[in-house]
Amino acid sequence: MLDGQIIEIVALSLRVSVFAVILAALIGVPLGALLAVGRFPGRNLATMTINALMGLPPVVVGLGLYLLLSRSGPLGILQLLYTPTAMIIAQMILVTPIIASFSQQVLSDLHAEYDEMLRAMKATRLQVMGTLIRDARHALVTAFLAGLGRALSEIGAVMIVGGNINHATRVMTTAIALETSKGNLRLAVSLGLILLGLAFVINIALVVLRTRLERQAHA
Amino acid sequence: MPDPAPRGNILPLDTAPGHNRRRAETAAWLLMAEELRYERGGRCLLDGISFALSPSGITALLGPNGAGKSLLLRLLGGLIRPDSGRIRFDPAFDGSTGMVFQKPVLLRRSVRANLDHALRIARIPRRQRTGRIAELLVMADLTHCAESPARALSGGEQQRLTMARALVNKPRLLLLDEPTASLDPAATAGFEALTREIARMGTKIMLVTHDLHQARRIADDVIFIHKGRIHEQGPTTAFFAAPRSPEARAYCAGTLIT
Repeated sequence: MLDGQIIEIVALSLRVSVFAVILAALIGVPLGALLAVGRFPGRNLATMTINALMGLPPVVVGLGLYLLLSRSGPLGILQLLYTPTAMIIAQMILVTPIIASFSQQVLSDLHAEYDEMLRAMKATRLQVMGTLIRDARHALVTAFLAGLGRALSEIGAVMIVGGNINHATRVMTTAIALETSKGNLRLAVSLGLILLGLAFVINIALVVLRTRLERQAHA
Repeated sequence: MPDPAPRGNILPLDTAPGHNRRRAETAAWLLMAEELRYERGGRCLLDGISFALSPSGITALLGPNGAGKSLLLRLLGGLIRPDSGRIRFDPAFDGSTGMVFQKPVLLRRSVRANLDHALRIARIPRRQRTGRIAELLVMADLTHCAESPARALSGGEQQRLTMARALVNKPRLLLLDEPTASLDPAATAGFEALTREIARMGTKIMLVTHDLHQARRIADDVIFIHKGRIHEQGPTTAFFAAPRSPEARAYCAGTLIT
């Protein structure tokens, strides 16, 4: 029973966070590429804004999203509050600036190296962005993993918009908080160890990828 | 005043304006630079650059470091725009150019994938790409390492790959910016043989170099540039036999101070 509950919580955590990171990557990578390659008015302002959003307090994101999704809010008709979808949106908002900013840095460096070559080939802006994303894919995966780490360990926003409902929106972080306050330390510690294990796995994957990236860069 | 007598592929516009301009317009030329000027940071880096380029052969752009050779090549390749002056192209010229830089910049992919990428950028249909890649690999003598990571190749192989990549769309004009500057003599010889072969097949080549021996070995004619101005232009043999300008004489004697 306990194991089943833990598996359910861990599975939901992973499902919500992985979906959030996929969506954040679909927005963040092209945004980072555009900022790395494009030269348009407001580019510096956009870069500064994204960098500032990396430090976005999760509870504020949760509160803002709560106001949008609550029954009397502008998006209340969607009835997304206290659903995993709302949690995915919240985590996506938190992770997108991380992936966009990291992508911009990585792709800017690569663009500096490839710029003349691609201009000599008369590549279009889209072709340039595509080339950079493809060649920086290993570095970008490290951004996705960093984003996944952030999403999995986040509690403020998912607590507010998810509501920590058992069998519905309870994830590892919210469950740990609840079980600790209830004195059910066995479940809290089990979940804590699993979360720690996942964090380790993600970090090991980051190190392996970085090593491979460096080897590739020097090849 | 440079001597307006025998000229090779380069047809000067700035020596005897009326006569030479008429001659340039009636002769076959691939591109014609007219009074190009380029400034940056309050410094004039190129000034009064005028010449016509014949449609075939190898033209060496010679000069000491900082003379403006690479800058001029980038102007011709359209990577930067002149502040004044213009570059006219032969109406029959489709504008197809290829460029090879001093430092080979290759994608983090295999040799084949580097060529495939260039072909896709040039919008060559998929069914034509495989055959074209095979041709280019043979031409650049890279068939044996087609699947190797491009960055793992030797310097000479990398530069031959950048040459093959520059040829994917069969350019009419190939611009080479000191492509052998970091190669050993054997790799340089291989690259020069490839360059000659490409020129023989009808691609006009403009080669930036400060290697006098290389210019003497492979160039049909020479443009000598110093401090952003063309000081001399003419057939390679005439240039090296009797450089007319004091700067070219000093450069050939190895005493020109930049």
